[in-house]
Amino acid sequence: MNRSELSSGRPAAPAVAHAPSRPVRTAILGVIGLVFAVPIVAMVEFTLRKGLGGGHDFSRWSALFAGGASGQYRPVLTALGNSVGLALGTVLIVLLLLVPTLLLVHLRFPRLRRLIEFVCILPISIPAIVLVVGLAPVYSVIAGIVGSGVWTLAFAYGITVLPFAYRAIQSNLDGVDVRTLSEAARTLGAGWGSVLLRVLVPNLRRGILAGAFIAIAVVLGEFTIASLLNRITLQTALVVVSKADPYTAVILSLLALGFAFVLLLVIGRLGAVRTRPARRPTPGGQP
Amino acid sequence: MLLFLVVPTVIAVGTGFVDQDGAFTLATVAALGDPVVLGAFFNSFWLSALTAVIGATVGAAACYALLGAPSGGPLRAVVDSLSGVLAQFGGVMLAFAFIATIGIQGMVTVVLRDSFGVDIFADGVWLYEMPGLVLPYIYFQVPLMIITFMPALQALKPTWAEANATLGGSRSTYWLRIALPILAPSFLGSLLLLFANAFSSYATAAALTSQGSQIVPLQIRSALTSETLLGRENLAGALALGMVVVMGLVMFGYSALQARAARWQR
Repeated sequence: MNRSELSSGRPAAPAVAHAPSRPVRTAILGVIGLVFAVPIVAMVEFTLRKGLGGGHDFSRWSALFAGGASGQYRPVLTALGNSVGLALGTVLIVLLLLVPTLLLVHLRFPRLRRLIEFVCILPISIPAIVLVVGLAPVYSVIAGIVGSGVWTLAFAYGITVLPFAYRAIQSNLDGVDVRTLSEAARTLGAGWGSVLLRVLVPNLRRGILAGAFIAIAVVLGEFTIASLLNRITLQTALVVVSKADPYTAVILSLLALGFAFVLLLVIGRLGAVRTRPARRPTPGGQP
Repeated sequence: MLLFLVVPTVIAVGTGFVDQDGAFTLATVAALGDPVVLGAFFNSFWLSALTAVIGATVGAAACYALLGAPSGGPLRAVVDSLSGVLAQFGGVMLAFAFIATIGIQGMVTVVLRDSFGVDIFADGVWLYEMPGLVLPYIYFQVPLMIITFMPALQALKPTWAEANATLGGSRSTYWLRIALPILAPSFLGSLLLLFANAFSSYATAAALTSQGSQIVPLQIRSALTSETLLGRENLAGALALGMVVVMGLVMFGYSALQARAARWQR
């Protein structure tokens, strides 16, 4: 989404002349907010129900946490472990490939920029469900070579998070004068390794973090590829649990939604804190 | 990159053109003309179109309302993150949310039935069929609209409103003559993006409907995992080809509109 970089992180604008008046604004946001709150409230209400007798209590929540790692929710915990591992793997793959590539293109091959942008944004336009049709044969080959462990999904996820990670890192890259920084460091006698690790990466910290967090959120929420390739991740385990125990599935969903919300809120903060108004508006890191 | 993006896409589309023995054939592509498949494409199409239009309208209204809030402020931060979560992360969880809301024992269903005597399922339970997909889809379309359309609305310059006022224009001339023409490409672009999003979305539908395959992604699932109709994997390829064609057209339109919209955002 090419325009997103122009949006957030901009210093507080003066009251816009064409903005709606306060009552109108409150009314619109109130109505939409209320409608959107209903399903979430319903989820909470659902988890507090006390069986057929009616009434509400916290027994299901406490039961979930009392069981711990040994309880009946072990499959979900295993799946959560899988998902977290996958998220970390995906972040590693994407960052290790994308950051050096983007830097190299930025410094050495500016002409390739359009091409790289096109390639990185491409996965957005190919639905995961289409990708999975082609991934199935690819994975049957991979399974023959390295086994069918869950971790192999990290490669496929690397592709699906590419557009998000690209936007986050690229817009940070646009805001930093990489060329001058690296030339200054080179003049002062730094090798390429220390230019990369001690000068460029710290400057791109915000974009890299935002890209990593978005990748984590996307991987934890991914369902299509995992379910059709029969791998067990958080989302597929949730569906399985929901068939046997809908209450637990809803509690876990609420927790996951809450976690993702906090994660994205942190991304937003990262984008806002170190903004310098004089430069090009900085990214919020929203996908 | 090559192995996990290009190869799968080529295979996905390519398998549409070969039969079980690996010979080239157009028969599987001709299966796209099958009434069931056509029906699925039709369903997918109107579901995406309907939810895109509703989502875009509601989302645009929300963006308009958010225009007054300072962009670094807490309200915007919360709305941004919430939109991100619901648009990207939801999937399966949205299905649960709607089962808890308007399922047979859902909160809204029960309240309506017990307090108002309205039975929303009087004609049978529709949540797990096509109409039931509309509400959850809108629930993730609106946040996506907020994410994609907000930057365009925010790029409206206050100076344009002032210029309009100095030249004697009213509020309505400002919106009709200035803001709407500028916003139109962005709005249509976001609409297309919403359409593409709904068209390719799979998780919510898969978690909500366990039987039957009324939309294309579910058709692909049943073609891939079918146990009764062997050798239908190639049909999945043909379906994938159909989806790629639709998505290609939509994304082409999107980038064309995007280029037009970008003129005003420098």
